[in-house]
Amino acid sequence: MNADQARQLLSSVLHQVAPDADLDDVGPDETLQEALDLDSIDFLNLVVGLSESIGVDIPERDYPELSSVEGAIAYLSSRTGGG
Amino acid sequence: MAWAPIRKSTPSDRLRPNMADYALERARFSWVDARRALDGLPGGRGLNIAHEAVDRHAAGPRAAHVVLRCLGRRNASREITYGELAEATSRFANLLDTLEVGVGDRVFVLMARTAELYVAALGTLKHRSVLCPLFSAFGPEPIRQRLELGSARVLVTTPTLYRRKVAGLRDGLPGLRHVLVAGAGAAPEGTIELESALAAEPDHYEIGPTSPEDMALVHFTSGTTGTPKGAVHVHEAVVSHHATGRLALDLHPEDVFWCTADPGWVTGTSYGIISPLTHGVTSVVDEGDFDAERWYGVLERERVSVWYTAPTALRMLMAAGTDMARAHDLSALRFVASVGEPLNPEVVLWGQEALGLPIHDNWWQTETGGIMIANYASMDIRPGSMGRPLPGIDATVLRRDERGKPCIGADGAALEAQDGEEGELALRPGWPSMFRNYLDQEDRYGACFAGGWYLSGDLARRDAEGYFWFVGRGDDVIKSAGHLIGPFEVESALMEHPAVAEAGVIGKPDPISGEVVKAFVTLRPGVDATDELRLELIGFARRRLGAAVAPREIAFDQHLPHTESGKIMRRLLKARELGLPEGDISTLQEPR
Repeated sequence: MNADQARQLLSSVLHQVAPDADLDDVGPDETLQEALDLDSIDFLNLVVGLSESIGVDIPERDYPELSSVEGAIAYLSSRTGGG
Repeated sequence: MAWAPIRKSTPSDRLRPNMADYALERARFSWVDARRALDGLPGGRGLNIAHEAVDRHAAGPRAAHVVLRCLGRRNASREITYGELAEATSRFANLLDTLEVGVGDRVFVLMARTAELYVAALGTLKHRSVLCPLFSAFGPEPIRQRLELGSARVLVTTPTLYRRKVAGLRDGLPGLRHVLVAGAGAAPEGTIELESALAAEPDHYEIGPTSPEDMALVHFTSGTTGTPKGAVHVHEAVVSHHATGRLALDLHPEDVFWCTADPGWVTGTSYGIISPLTHGVTSVVDEGDFDAERWYGVLERERVSVWYTAPTALRMLMAAGTDMARAHDLSALRFVASVGEPLNPEVVLWGQEALGLPIHDNWWQTETGGIMIANYASMDIRPGSMGRPLPGIDATVLRRDERGKPCIGADGAALEAQDGEEGELALRPGWPSMFRNYLDQEDRYGACFAGGWYLSGDLARRDAEGYFWFVGRGDDVIKSAGHLIGPFEVESALMEHPAVAEAGVIGKPDPISGEVVKAFVTLRPGVDATDELRLELIGFARRRLGAAVAPREIAFDQHLPHTESGKIMRRLLKARELGLPEGDISTLQEPR
């Protein structure tokens, strides 16, 4: 999965969890939770959704890597063997 | 399945619990003595929460003791002493004078857990204005409603939250004179930048005469129907905050205490702000969101000794695995407590396995102002039980009639249930932190009492040894991640959408958050029930209500069940959702 595909996936899973949220509203140094008003349950649902979509287990210790848009794209790319 | 009790004995290398023997403490406890543990305002001018929490320490040997260790989202940290907090809160109280805010006027706070929150909250109490905390995960509609119901005079928030959630409401809130903003970003138009405003004020303030019965706090909570209710608390509540900190949280002077509750809920004020400060301890104040690794890091690095958290967070930590916990040095930790919804026995035992300590569940509500029933450091735990009533608190279970009301005997007294019998959890009124009213809703306040008891709305049973066990809510209020959510508020928001004819909202059991909000929606004729519409409705509700209140699930249902008077039968919806028989839930309790 390349970066564009990863962003696309992040955006579509986010839409299922928080249909009111838009990835374009997240600044480069902001976390998804802060910028999009996601609570911790939303964030958990987002990670679980991503994990199910790529068919790869995402352990809790990796969650911080998914907290920003850039981090999530890099993580998804690397876990799916793209980049 | 019955879980074996967890026996307690205090290892010789540990601090002795404040309460060594429950029965003994209960027998000798009195609220008059509890009041004597506090100082009162100098010169006999009364009792003020901010004096007990801040000024009395600042004037004594604890002035240089760290009161707040504030951790930023990105791990920057900042320490504040009792002496410094006394000065900052005095500046805030002086600022309220400058802004011509009156004694008794309402000051709302809508912000994350930061030092500024403590300054605003305690400065407001010093000034004898009334503190009203709001939850920053609320959307604009719940915020507007509460600002209006509480006749907000001042709001303290951040530039970001103001722009996102308040700016658009401002025209409809003429009584809201001043908005003070703190935190990153420039002050938006129509607001005052807090830091520079405080810098211009003197750092000394003498607290005026404060009666223990003067209004101090209003906490909004949700009922089954109608608007939110503002539970009124008075300065005397500090007697409960202090006593319960000693008995239920076992606070000792050198403790490092961490309360993870959001400042917008009652726990965030009673135990996030007031109780630990009355004990002069150091509080860890973490602005960041939940993250398992980060939280263990905070416990380890800050050498947290007493930790007060919530079942949802504990269940998320449990899901992250025992190994993650064990990879951290948690040797400073001595006592762990939980509140928000019943703690399942698995989590209590997981605490022993992962943290080396069992978790002590306790029970209380917005209306009770402080912990009422608890598991204690020195008392055996029955996993799954909320514990036994605090010294000074009389709790019981009342038998209910077929309408769900307490049975009242010929002498006017309520009938108590037998051991093991389910009924409504009730408390004998009179403890210091009991709510004194619902703001401008005396009738709803009156409906909370019957036969000489305060009725909690929670169903419970008591076993032969006096331990209480939570059974469920007696009404339709939803408990999600420790927060009470009124179904009516959610239904009303959904019905503002042009596609929606009607909505019924319930709490659906969930392994992590206790319950999640689920809505059953009847669409207007001609509207198609598509997945796209389902997501649109969720988004619509989230924009109005915020993430914590909006439904996470929506199902379309063109045949919502109604009572004869036309009300939606939420209990029937819930029974269907759970696959329970529908017949035995035909009786509907009248909402309070």
